[in-house]
Amino acid sequence: MFDYSTMLRNEKLPHIWCPGCGHGIVMKSLLRAIAKTGWGKDDIVMVSGIGCASRLPGYVDFNTLHTAHGRALSFATGVKLSQPKFHVIVVSGDGDALAIGGNHFIHACRRNIDLTLIVFNNGIYGMTGGQYSPTTPYGDKAATAPHGNLEPDFNVADLAKGAGATFVARGSSYHVPQLDDYIYKALTHKGFSVVDVVEACWTTHGRKQKTKYKNNLDMMKWQRDNAVPLAKAQTMSPEELKGKFVTGILHDVDRPEYVDRYEALIESLKGGDK
Amino acid sequence: MSEAKYTFVQGNTACAEGALYAGCDFFGGYPITPSTEVAEHMSDMLPRRGGKFIQMEDEIASLGAVIGAALAGSKAMTATSGPGFSLMQELIGYACIAEVPCVIVDVMRGGPSTGLPTSPAQSDLLQAKWGTHGDHPAIALIPNSVEEMFTETVRAFNIAEYFRTPVIILGDEIIGHMREKIRIPAPGELEVINRKLPDGDGVCRLPYRADGKNPACLPNFGKGRFHVTGLNHDGSGFPTMDPSIVQGSNARIIDKVYHQRELIDKVEKIQCDDAEILFLAVGSAARAAEEAVAVLRSQGVRAGLFRPVTLWPFPKKEFRAAAERSKFVVVPEMNLGQLRTVAERMIDESKHPIVPVNLVNGEPLDPEFILDSIKKCCLK
Repeated sequence: MFDYSTMLRNEKLPHIWCPGCGHGIVMKSLLRAIAKTGWGKDDIVMVSGIGCASRLPGYVDFNTLHTAHGRALSFATGVKLSQPKFHVIVVSGDGDALAIGGNHFIHACRRNIDLTLIVFNNGIYGMTGGQYSPTTPYGDKAATAPHGNLEPDFNVADLAKGAGATFVARGSSYHVPQLDDYIYKALTHKGFSVVDVVEACWTTHGRKQKTKYKNNLDMMKWQRDNAVPLAKAQTMSPEELKGKFVTGILHDVDRPEYVDRYEALIESLKGGDK
Repeated sequence: MSEAKYTFVQGNTACAEGALYAGCDFFGGYPITPSTEVAEHMSDMLPRRGGKFIQMEDEIASLGAVIGAALAGSKAMTATSGPGFSLMQELIGYACIAEVPCVIVDVMRGGPSTGLPTSPAQSDLLQAKWGTHGDHPAIALIPNSVEEMFTETVRAFNIAEYFRTPVIILGDEIIGHMREKIRIPAPGELEVINRKLPDGDGVCRLPYRADGKNPACLPNFGKGRFHVTGLNHDGSGFPTMDPSIVQGSNARIIDKVYHQRELIDKVEKIQCDDAEILFLAVGSAARAAEEAVAVLRSQGVRAGLFRPVTLWPFPKKEFRAAAERSKFVVVPEMNLGQLRTVAERMIDESKHPIVPVNLVNGEPLDPEFILDSIKKCCLK
């Protein structure tokens, strides 16, 4: 039995997350993956923005930095570049990472700086009461889309890959052992790594989709029934994949990492004017 | 290496050199006229010294990276101009409440919006104090020469590190791009203050517990695994909504600045003692005002200049004392009356009428313009 108490600020519990929320599941997965790396707690900096998921750093016993909405990756970039010895992990919701933080997201990908971003992707702004986010499915009802969401949603993995991230995985809060593995590989990957975790928010999102879900368990069942492992997805047509989400390690390449390049620059400038 | 040297540089370069003198080892920025030379110089010099420069995707991210680096232990800085300064307001508030030392250079240009990107203005005097939401400490220094761009940048880092708060330098397009001969002091000649870290093993269980006179005493990241947040927090750094704590902590981050004003205040007074026409001016406008004072004195008019080098907090007591004997207080500025609104609150206009001199056409404020403007009302 994994002892979470050694990695939690136990006195800060219980957490703020609602019954049926996946964030606790993903936090535990993240802690198991971190434990597997063997990193010392003093050497880990966990950074977040604003939102339900962004409260996570308050509960974990690392150096923790709860920043402003959308800005976690920029703070994390400063921490990492200033002190490359730190393992810097960013936790972020879909609104935080992809809407207000979208610019920082694509540039962190492009820079390939050695950070790991976990996107707690529940497709809604939960903390403010269920407004539609960049990953709310088309047609879903939301507090600011009472007649149904008119906007198409981002594919987080495609966005990350297209922008230059060197490791991209997608899991869900239902497929937990796989998620442990994706997060561990993301943490130990050199370069910018993104794990898109498909989750559900019953309280502010699920309840409003009367024809889709009866309860929060239905939202977990939706994850179970609609996740398609990458190998299988490669045998399927786009039509067959419609409404599903592809899981697995979707992208894993080596490309020079930003901080390494900077350290090499400093080294090359030593010993006088060049 | 260890001697003072003279050099002929533009203000933005002097600013960057001042930062390096103060031990700045991190710069995060985004290109914007007329501040970009600060970033350009830092991008060249920092890696030569083992420091880090990064060009971020916007000004918000720039200040985010700066705050992150500062929490990790760096002396960190960014530079921008009006539009970027507007974007930075969000995280200036963060640095205030989370008590993160950093220096923000705003080389002012014409505005609002994109305005006059290559022209001088003093458009952000009040934004430097009131720009971010919520009550917060505001410290802003406003150099009027290339040499002061150097020395005030050193002072900005000292104040930021000592008080654990952001410090703003208000340059403008004239000071930023003008070239002047400056003296770069020998290492050790100017005092350089580094942030106070917890004693002993460097770990502090209550990094934000501090009384009204003192800044928080955060370790750098890596010591004690503490929590930093932009939410209101208690002495441990964790969020709280306890009214009795929030009332005190909101006041403390401001009080810490006002309780040790002697480390922050700086005023230049030129012939203020018997001045009947007192100029209140800052930055490059003060250069013109200084010349206007000289012209008036040569004509037998008792004129003087009161120049806050530290604009925020404003030197209220000293200004009132200087204005005491004046018949007129003339406020020349390259905006439509930002400094004047400050003066209005400080003195009795029925005794010391305030004469505004405002220029917002993108041209430098010159002594002739000031003298012409005050001829009718102040001179017989």
